[in-house]
Amino acid sequence: MKITQGTFSFLPDLTDEQIGAQIEYCLEEGWAVSIEHTDDAHPRNTYWEMVGQPMFDLRDAAGVMSEVASARATFPEEYIKVNAFDATRGFETVRLSFIVNRPSVEPGFGLIRQDAAGRSIRYTIHSYATDRPPGERYS
Amino acid sequence: MEATDRYRAGVLKYAQMGYWDADYVPKDTDILALFRITPQEGVDPQEAAAAVAGESSTATWTVVWTDRLTAADVYRAKAYRVEPVPGSEDQFFAYIAYDIDLFEPGSIANLTASIIGNVFGFKPLKALRLEDMRFPVAYVKTFEGPPTGIVVERERLDKFGRPLLGATTKPKLGLSGRNYGRVVYEALTGGLDFTKDDENINSQPFMHWRDRFLFVMEAVNRASAASGEVKGHYLNVTGATMEDIYERAEFAKELGSVVIMIDLVIGYSAIQSISKWARRNDMLLHLHRAGASTYTRQKSHGISFRVIAKWMRLAGVDHIHAGTVVGKLEGDPNTVQGFYNILREPLNQIDLERGLHFEQDWAGLRKVMPVASGGIHAGQMHQLLHYLGEDVILQFGGGTIGHPDGIQAGATANRVALEAMILARNEGRDIWNEGPAILADAARGCSPLKAALLTWGEVTFDYASTDTADVVPTPTPA
Repeated sequence: MKITQGTFSFLPDLTDEQIGAQIEYCLEEGWAVSIEHTDDAHPRNTYWEMVGQPMFDLRDAAGVMSEVASARATFPEEYIKVNAFDATRGFETVRLSFIVNRPSVEPGFGLIRQDAAGRSIRYTIHSYATDRPPGERYS
Repeated sequence: MEATDRYRAGVLKYAQMGYWDADYVPKDTDILALFRITPQEGVDPQEAAAAVAGESSTATWTVVWTDRLTAADVYRAKAYRVEPVPGSEDQFFAYIAYDIDLFEPGSIANLTASIIGNVFGFKPLKALRLEDMRFPVAYVKTFEGPPTGIVVERERLDKFGRPLLGATTKPKLGLSGRNYGRVVYEALTGGLDFTKDDENINSQPFMHWRDRFLFVMEAVNRASAASGEVKGHYLNVTGATMEDIYERAEFAKELGSVVIMIDLVIGYSAIQSISKWARRNDMLLHLHRAGASTYTRQKSHGISFRVIAKWMRLAGVDHIHAGTVVGKLEGDPNTVQGFYNILREPLNQIDLERGLHFEQDWAGLRKVMPVASGGIHAGQMHQLLHYLGEDVILQFGGGTIGHPDGIQAGATANRVALEAMILARNEGRDIWNEGPAILADAARGCSPLKAALLTWGEVTFDYASTDTADVVPTPTPA
C-alpha cells in the first residue's frame, strides 16, 4: 500500500527539484520549515520525531534541502515529511506538510473490529509496523 | 417636539416618533443593520427607514404613553442614513443603529426576532431586504462561535495546504444502508476526505438512520485503514425534535464519527443547542443551508446570505455551504467571495465590491470552513482555487459518483487534479491561464483524471447571477 497523508501523496513522488520549489514557496510566505520522521505512520500518530528544531532563521531552500538529504541518509527506511509552520495570528499552525521519503515496503494498517452492543462495532486501526519494536521495523 | 405633543394619543409618523435621526453617530457598541427598502409609491424614503427602525425595535403603529416609563430614547432604533441604491430607481439603502441592550446576549433567536420579525410584512414597504449587519465586539463575545474552526479541524484531520475534498452520496434518496455505505467506501478509498449525507436524508422507510450510521462507519474506517488518512462522513442528525437530534448525535459519537451534520431548517435555537453539544464532544459540525435560497436569492426582498453567514459564525458551525461561483447554483464571484471572507477572516474591512458594507471584528471567534458544492468538476480545479482559495471544502457529488470508470476513479481524478494544481500554484505558475494545461499534464499519468476531463471538461453553467453587488468598480482612465 501507499499511505496518502500529506499534501501531494496522490502525485508521483516529488523530485528534489519539485521539493525545493515547494520549500521556496514556504520560505517566501514567511513560514518556518521543519522535518519529521517516523516508522509508524498511523493516522492518529500526531507526533513524529523531529529532525532538529524548525528552521526559523533559515531562509534558503538549498539549506533546507541539505537537511532533507541528511534526514534521508539517516532514516532511509522511514517516512520523512517536510512541514511549514505559520506563526501569523489566526493561523499559528501548519500550512503545508508533505512526504519526501517512504520505506521501500509500506506495511499499512489492519482494521480490528470489536463487536459491541446492538450491531455496533468498535474499530481500531492497527499499524502493522508496530508489531515489531522500534529499530527492527522495515528491516 | 415637546413631550406633551409627542405623547398625545393618536398616530405620528415614525420619523416624528424619534426613529429617524440624521445626526446620530453610531456608538461602537451599537448593532448596525443595512436594509434595502422599496417604499410604496408616495412613501418618503426617510419615513420608510424610520418605520423599519421602529418596527424592528420598540414601536407600534400608534403613540403609547407607556413609552414614558422607559428610557425610550435609548431603546428606539435610529435610522441615521438613507441613500439611493446605485443604479436603481425605487430602492434605498437604510442604515439603522440598535442599542446593544435591545438584545439577549448569545441568542440568534432573540436577535432575529427583532431584526427580521414583524417588519418584513410591513405594508408601507413593497419589499425589504436585510443586506448586512455589524456586530460590536461586546456582542460577538457573548457567542462561543464554531466548536472546532478551520485551524483545529485541519490539525485534527492532519490535512494541510490544500482544500479538502468531499462528495454527497447520490442518489439522494432511495439507497439502502448497505448500498449507501458502498458509495461512501468507494469515494473515501478513492481519495476524498469526506463524504456527506444529503440535506433530506434523515430516517426514511428505505433507510432508517441507525442502519445508515452503522454501514457508513464501517466504510469510513475501512477507507481510513486503506489510506492511512483520517476520513469522515457527515452523518446528518437532523430530526423532528431536539430529542431525536441529540439521540442521533450521541450514536454518531459512540460509533467514532469525527463529524455530524445538520440542516439550516432545524432553526436557530436548535443550531445553537447542537453547537454546544458538538463543542462538548469534540465533534465537527457541518451545516447544510437547506432552505436558504428561498429568502437569500432575490435582491429586492429577504435576507442576504452574507447576513446568514454572520449569524452562523456567531451561532457556531464548523462548515457551511457558501457557493461555488462556477457550479450549478447561484453565485456571482465577488458576492461569493464576500461570504467566504465573512466566514474566514479575523476582521472584515469594508469592501463594497464584495457586498461588505461594515467593518466587522470577529474578536477571536473561530473561522468557519466554507463548502463549495453543486455542479463542480475536476476540470474547473484552477478556477475553484482561484476564486475560493485554500481553506474550503470542494464537494464533487456527481463529479465523483458519475465518473465513467466508477466512484473510486472519480475520487482519484479529483484528488490528483487538486494536488497537481496546488503543486503548480506553489511553484509560482499562473494557474488561471495555465490551468487546463496543468490538468492535461497531470492526466497523462492518471487515467481517471483523463476520463473525467473527457466527460466533463467543457461543462459550464453560464447564467447571469441575481444576487450581485450594487457597487461596481469604475475603471479609471489611465
